[in-house]
Amino acid sequence: MSKIEDLPLWAAILISALLVTGSGLALIGSIGLLRFKTFYERVHAPTLGTTMGLFTILAASMLYFSLTQTRAVVHEVLIGIFVTTTTPVTFMLLVQATLYRDRFEGSDPLSGLSAEQPRSGTPDDANSSATPRKTTGS
Amino acid sequence: MSGLILTTALTLSKIFLTLAMAAVAFRILRGPRAQDRVIGMDALYVNAMLLLLVFGIGSGTTLYFEVALAIGLLGFVTTVAMAKFLMRGEVIE
Repeated sequence: MSKIEDLPLWAAILISALLVTGSGLALIGSIGLLRFKTFYERVHAPTLGTTMGLFTILAASMLYFSLTQTRAVVHEVLIGIFVTTTTPVTFMLLVQATLYRDRFEGSDPLSGLSAEQPRSGTPDDANSSATPRKTTGS
Repeated sequence: MSGLILTTALTLSKIFLTLAMAAVAFRILRGPRAQDRVIGMDALYVNAMLLLLVFGIGSGTTLYFEVALAIGLLGFVTTVAMAKFLMRGEVIE
């Protein structure tokens, strides 16, 4: 029961633009997942597909089924809400696990990123650390 | 005319999503460590879900939508279980 020919022209153009945009974003995200160098860069790439790509394809699906069945079809909002809420949770858990594994193996990826190391060479610290050394020495 | 535009866009987006799934599958095969493979699997099921939605638009039935919803639910559970396994070494403690 294909009702594709009954669609008005503006709806066809709009649905086509949404579909091509969404799948193109998913393709760009997947190529980014393939081409980035480290894991922490790779985490960012697929979220192109899970946010904007998913939204545009869901909007195209909602528009198409609302126009062909002549009533509003909003089932797709379910998928949108679910994927939007679960993707950050998934990626945060995964990055947490990866950070744990990296630290367990002795290479901390965050060690070079801290902007200000707390300075340990203040005069008070030097005095307080020097005096016990004298007392223990004598 | 509108049928031609829509059919072309459907074919194009199916090709795009298939290429995306191929790229992600290549990352799963080549991924240097386990977490790369897990995130590749996550991206793979999202792309499969999008492809099923596009199939649903092409066929005109809403059956594909329910399959896409099931894939979304199961993929979330799978990836969380994988992340927990990478973190702790077991899933259910």
